[in-house]
Amino acid sequence: MAVTGIILVLFLIAHMLGNLKIFTGATSFDHYAHWLREIGAPLLPGVWFLWILRTALVVSVVGHIWAATTLALRARAARPVRYAHRKPVQGSYAARTMRWGGVIILLFVIYHLLDLTTGTLNPVGDPSRPYANVVADFAPKRWYVTLFYTLSVVAVGFHLRHGVFSALRSLGQQTPRGERRARVVALVLAVGLCVGYLVVPFAVLTGLVS
Amino acid sequence: MNLTLRIWRQKGPEDKGRMVTYQVDDVSPDMSFLEMLDVLNERLILAGDEPVAFDHDCREGICGACGMVINGNAHGPQKMTTACQLHMRHFADGETIDIEPWRARAFPVVKDLVVNRGSLDKIIAAGGYITAPTGSAPEAHSTPVAKANADAAFESAACIGCGACVAACPNGSGMLFTAAKVTQLSLLPQGQPERFTRVIGMVDAHDEAGFGGCTNAGECTAVCPKGIPLNTIGRLNRDYLKATAKRGDNTPGS
Repeated sequence: MAVTGIILVLFLIAHMLGNLKIFTGATSFDHYAHWLREIGAPLLPGVWFLWILRTALVVSVVGHIWAATTLALRARAARPVRYAHRKPVQGSYAARTMRWGGVIILLFVIYHLLDLTTGTLNPVGDPSRPYANVVADFAPKRWYVTLFYTLSVVAVGFHLRHGVFSALRSLGQQTPRGERRARVVALVLAVGLCVGYLVVPFAVLTGLVS
Repeated sequence: MNLTLRIWRQKGPEDKGRMVTYQVDDVSPDMSFLEMLDVLNERLILAGDEPVAFDHDCREGICGACGMVINGNAHGPQKMTTACQLHMRHFADGETIDIEPWRARAFPVVKDLVVNRGSLDKIIAAGGYITAPTGSAPEAHSTPVAKANADAAFESAACIGCGACVAACPNGSGMLFTAAKVTQLSLLPQGQPERFTRVIGMVDAHDEAGFGGCTNAGECTAVCPKGIPLNTIGRLNRDYLKATAKRGDNTPGS
């Protein structure tokens, strides 16, 4: 859970930094997107690196879901008779929404790949012009796309708020002072990634990027 | 005070069990929660009914025998307090109070509010001890312990094994208990010889007993009457990672 989660967080950071290149203009962004497909060339031919990265990500996602499912099934089995009177978990909101939040994020990732990787659900859907795809995606008249994107990114934020802390704890973070630090790191990462991902659709919505 | 109690009644391990409503009048706000149940039981006995079974022993909050989920909270609404040390002044006159046993597969109900916490003993038997020779107490200063380690070990050693962490955990995990017992010994010089076989044995016993897995939700530490901190679980995790990395060196006889 922790190891696959950290791989995915590192990907999220790189992906966000890439997204922010949209503010450098269409030519630069498209150039960056094309470069992504050819990283490692000429050492690795063509899209090899891309597929190695994709394989690592898919393995991480599947491992992450497998671990989460195991934990959820164990939790269910560990309490066969439920409480008649059960208070909501006193721990953070983020901690108690990890499982359903994860499902929402998975659905979003599937949609997101169909939208901006394959272009199937994108109004432009031209893989050679990613900048145009993004601008068309978050156009004001497609407000529901922006809304779904925003909710999903916020779900990712909550997931990381607990997930990053929990991963550090699972990997042996053990002092009270370290716990405070780990919680701050989790909060900063969660808020930072949320803001980094949300500026793009809102820049398109407000016409800053067009 | 007049109270309405909804109590889990279950005749034995095989009985299905149900919530039963009782009216208890003239409760003093200075009574402890268990004394209030004593009053109810005396009236039940006088009326020829079966009294409500619940575990209790010292009634001073140090033995770990008592424990019940009161209005959805393990040991009731007051922080850092066992059910026996909880007083009725924390409830309002006319209130309805739900009382249930600890709910976990590893804690089967024996009767009413009494559960079998033998699985905690199995975890202890799997490594919660040291192999120091017994006899007269050694000179305390002969084995120096860093103050920070002594304090943290003492904090973990405060665990009374009541099982509230399991009862409150959304995953039904007993990891706070296991972590408290592991770290109490692994922080001290006397606990070093078995440090790594201990953590593996105790976590294995924990999983075999049918407890759930820890997701660091933190519910356990919120209800723990002894305030065992959540970072003890990090200490267990670190020992576990080290132990699995070097397991071959530490398994006796290998």
